[in-house]
Amino acid sequence: MSKPAPLHFSPGQQAWRRFKKNRPAVWSAWFLGLLTLIVILWPLLLTVIGGTFGHAHNPDQLSDAQFAPPGAQHWFGTDVHGRDVFSRVLFGAQISLLVGLLATVVSLLIGVLWGAVAGYVGGRLDSFLMRVVDVLYSLPTVIFVIVLISTLGEWLKQTFAHSPSVQAALRVILLFVGLGAVSWLTMARIVRGQVLTLRTRAFVEASRTLGAGPVWILSKHIIPNILGVVITYLALTMPSIVLYESFLSYLGLGIQPPMASWGTLIAEGVGQINPVRIYWWLIVFPGGVLVLTLLALNFLGDGLRDAWDIKAR
Amino acid sequence: MYYLRRILFAIPLLLVISALAFALVRLAPGGPFDRQRVPASPEIERHLLAEYHLDEPVWKQYLRFLDGLAHGDFGTSLKYRNHSVNDLIAQGLPVSMTLGGLAFCFALGIGLPVGFFSAANRGRWPDYLGGFLAMLAVCVPGFVIAPLLIMIFAVKLQWLPVALWESPLHLILPTIALGLYFAGQVARLMREGMLSAMQSEFVTAARSKGLGENELLFKHAFRIAVLPVVSYAGPMLADLLTGSFVIENIFQIPGIGVFLVNSSLNRDYPVVVGLSLLYALLLIGLYLVVDFAYTVLDPRVKYE
Amino acid sequence: MSNCKRAWRFHLPARFFLLVAAIFWLSGCLRHDPPADLTLINKGEPESLDPQIITGQAEMRIVEGMFEGLMRLDPKTARAIPGLAERYELSPDGKTYTFHLRTNLVWSTGEPILAEDVVYSWIRALSPATASEYAGQLYYIKNGEEFNNGKITDPRLVGVHALDAHTLRVELKQPTAFFLDLCAFPTLYVVPRRTIEKYGDAWIMARPLPSSGPFELVDWRLNDKVRLLKNPRYWDAANTKSELIDVLPFNFPSTAFNVYEQGRADIVWDKELVPSELLDVLLRRPDFHTFNYLGTVFLRFNVTRKPFDDERVRRALGMAVDRERIVKKITKSGEPATTSLVPPGTANYHPVPGLEYNPAAARKLLAEAGYPGGKGFPRFDALVYGIKMNEDIGVELQQMWLDNLGLNMELRPLEWKVYLSTENHLDYDISLSDWIGDYNDAQTFLGMFTSGDGNNHTGWKNSGYDTLINAAGEQPDLAAREKTFQQAETLLVHESAPIVPIYNYVGVNYYDPKRIRGIYANVLDDHPLRAIQKIVPAALNK
Repeated sequence: MSKPAPLHFSPGQQAWRRFKKNRPAVWSAWFLGLLTLIVILWPLLLTVIGGTFGHAHNPDQLSDAQFAPPGAQHWFGTDVHGRDVFSRVLFGAQISLLVGLLATVVSLLIGVLWGAVAGYVGGRLDSFLMRVVDVLYSLPTVIFVIVLISTLGEWLKQTFAHSPSVQAALRVILLFVGLGAVSWLTMARIVRGQVLTLRTRAFVEASRTLGAGPVWILSKHIIPNILGVVITYLALTMPSIVLYESFLSYLGLGIQPPMASWGTLIAEGVGQINPVRIYWWLIVFPGGVLVLTLLALNFLGDGLRDAWDIKAR
Repeated sequence: MYYLRRILFAIPLLLVISALAFALVRLAPGGPFDRQRVPASPEIERHLLAEYHLDEPVWKQYLRFLDGLAHGDFGTSLKYRNHSVNDLIAQGLPVSMTLGGLAFCFALGIGLPVGFFSAANRGRWPDYLGGFLAMLAVCVPGFVIAPLLIMIFAVKLQWLPVALWESPLHLILPTIALGLYFAGQVARLMREGMLSAMQSEFVTAARSKGLGENELLFKHAFRIAVLPVVSYAGPMLADLLTGSFVIENIFQIPGIGVFLVNSSLNRDYPVVVGLSLLYALLLIGLYLVVDFAYTVLDPRVKYE
Repeated sequence: MSNCKRAWRFHLPARFFLLVAAIFWLSGCLRHDPPADLTLINKGEPESLDPQIITGQAEMRIVEGMFEGLMRLDPKTARAIPGLAERYELSPDGKTYTFHLRTNLVWSTGEPILAEDVVYSWIRALSPATASEYAGQLYYIKNGEEFNNGKITDPRLVGVHALDAHTLRVELKQPTAFFLDLCAFPTLYVVPRRTIEKYGDAWIMARPLPSSGPFELVDWRLNDKVRLLKNPRYWDAANTKSELIDVLPFNFPSTAFNVYEQGRADIVWDKELVPSELLDVLLRRPDFHTFNYLGTVFLRFNVTRKPFDDERVRRALGMAVDRERIVKKITKSGEPATTSLVPPGTANYHPVPGLEYNPAAARKLLAEAGYPGGKGFPRFDALVYGIKMNEDIGVELQQMWLDNLGLNMELRPLEWKVYLSTENHLDYDISLSDWIGDYNDAQTFLGMFTSGDGNNHTGWKNSGYDTLINAAGEQPDLAAREKTFQQAETLLVHESAPIVPIYNYVGVNYYDPKRIRGIYANVLDDHPLRAIQKIVPAALNK
């Protein structure tokens, strides 16, 4: 029996087959899956095992073993407070990945909606919406982010003044909303471009003449067809968001201690580089994990993009 | 005509941006004169605010700002009270531009060849190596690479100075630290651009005309492939020219990148607005240059 | 290899090399300044160099070289010694000073410096239009405060007058033991009237800038350097030890340290520029110098919020702080842990002890207050300014209060402006604060906590304390004054405890003592530039 011709596969299935051939992308997907698994399981593992193991690896547990190099007890060494770096990297991963993912989702929601509406409705609304994007593009993001985080942070603090842990949680939310809010611009442009092309396609025209309303057309025809692009740009935006979060935390504006994110861990490590004594493990491990994750995300994104073969359209 | 229209359109755009920056930075809590030591009498603080017209309603301050702008005066920095914003820009911009220009050349000088050869050797080991290196360059943040470079080349090997901005030797490490990320991006864009260009109709037509493979690569595909790089180069140059905060801070370089971030943290309103405008101006200007470059490189592109 | 590939190989890289070479050449047009005799690393870019405007130590260190006041500071003891004034007399009631200026004083540009210039400068400091944040330093002068508030508008009513070209009379509100120190404070420096009247606010940018001090400002490039040249017309120019000094602004301790290690800078003189992770190694090096410094780190309680309105709660928390652990594990510069607010070594004063570390007593007190074992105690937070050291201290405090008292504290690190504004508005429970003395006297520390003082930030109002501080202010006899202050401090740190002192700052400087002369350890960490000298290696071989 001969193999069925590729023409019988749906675009989604075609993409999947192409994706599987891209080895770096597949490895990246495995790596990310494994990382996520470890990151989720590790805290559970600590609680289940408990005892001295759990105690030593508690990321918030201070000890007197300051700046211990990597060893049997602490696989990634300890930091200034004697806290286990391995654990902190994993707990930091939780935050960094969570913020990265959620911020990307936020930017996706805003970007897709914005772009789809602009591309579909067209005309003056499109012009206006894209002008806004142009204006926002021209603003240095840094200023915007600092102002956004300070202002909303204050507001949050006043509204939830008496429960600091809720505040800390909300601060994380603020961070990914803020990051998402400055990262949706490219997504909007891409989506608008795609929607513009799709809108003129025959099947959309057909639906319209049959009397379908814009919302129905958007949800049934447009959005499923841009899904490929969207997912790809999701995977491509996430690394830059994770990077931006670590940059903000490095500046002291993002995640606040004692919560750890890769950015704060790296900032701590960077301060240790000097000619007298090098606590290299404080930067190599968090930095290394960050770089590996970004690499994986990028390869994955590239793989997805090649799979959906977007450029070639 | 097209360019004239774009330039004219830029003016209201800049006004909007200035208004946005103006309002945004005043939204943040804390003011420019909050100090640890409270002055001995509240009168003092009142005088300070009055001197800089910060006690007036925001719209009035904005009009005052516009008036100053018409005379080319961006105002006085609230933190560096002996310096006007023009002073800050005049001192810092050339430095940032030199560094940015060098990093730009570095990024293109390394990124373009790497991307080109990756694409030319698609599927073979140069492609994998080039692709991986480019990706790596994009994934290591500036605030990780800069201290590492200092550690290795300045401290351990003592080949280069650790910081400051005083001789051509001082330019090397900051350029690399700043340019590496962009070199990686350029390499990736170049590679993709080349790959898609090689399959495009334009090149297929040329191939069918019997042009040799190499001539094809060099003359035709490259011109099309470089388009996404050119697109990216515009905003990249704007970012580079307005200085990178992290690099300038770590290497103690007197550019304006440091001012951009610190002015927001210090609530130094005139500097924030002035620098935002500068950045916007550069960006708009560069977009125009990018569009122009498009017409030169790709004859299919026309504007009406 | 085909022709085209070869061409490609030449073309693009060639063009880029040309561009790069061009830029290198252009940058070769980077200014080539002659090297300075002495290079100092300072903390942060100075916000201004106008003596009446500046508020930070980094600025004051530079301005101290450019202008001078009636008195100046001795490099060894940081006590006030005659500056522009040759000698002075004090009336028996301690309220009137008569200063005699030196007769040969000139600006660096040649014009004479006269008593009326001193009057002009002080009135400028007090003038509402100048908006000087340290105008309060002149409130001790008769009508100084009123003039600054706008209650009176005639400057001639302020208690400073030029009796003739070289004689100045100053009338004070009440005897002020540290007035001569104030005369050495930058806000009271003498500034050039003609230049200011001509250029207004931008007068610092005028060149040449007339200088009344040992150096002239020749170049000021933001985030780059401040360059000072010896002023040959300074009255004591014979004793100015360096010709050309560069002051470089740095923000990161690691960069400052690396630049120093490479030999590009001679002195680093700000404790915030010391890489704290390396302290235990650095402290053992001969080029590392620490000394007592006029500053204290302490916790503030917001006494307007429950349960911190209860004295017992505050004292319990204070007695549960293990200060030794903090200074040994976190700050590590050899800071002395302290239970008093006023630092040791302050002139005319010996501090009194506050609440010692005693977890058992703390637990008992907390139980008495109604929270045995910490039960029922509401969650509270501690405000810190978000730099690493403070956050680390916060983490330790968290642990201590949990282990010793069973209390749950949340740490709230904030960005600088937000931190200040929050503390100002009493929007916190506990705050990690510090204070560095403005002058060498207990008043600058204890005066803060009177009911009306703008720097109080605790909401603590104690009329007994206010009375004691006022009484001390009026007391001309130094011994009696000290006793009164001590009573006040006991009330502050031992009985009522709206604050809990933790440790005193130490100043840290690093320089090579074999090559640098003229820097001495003093409690104000003040090192007049005129006295510092770098010995050139050739001279060392003698």
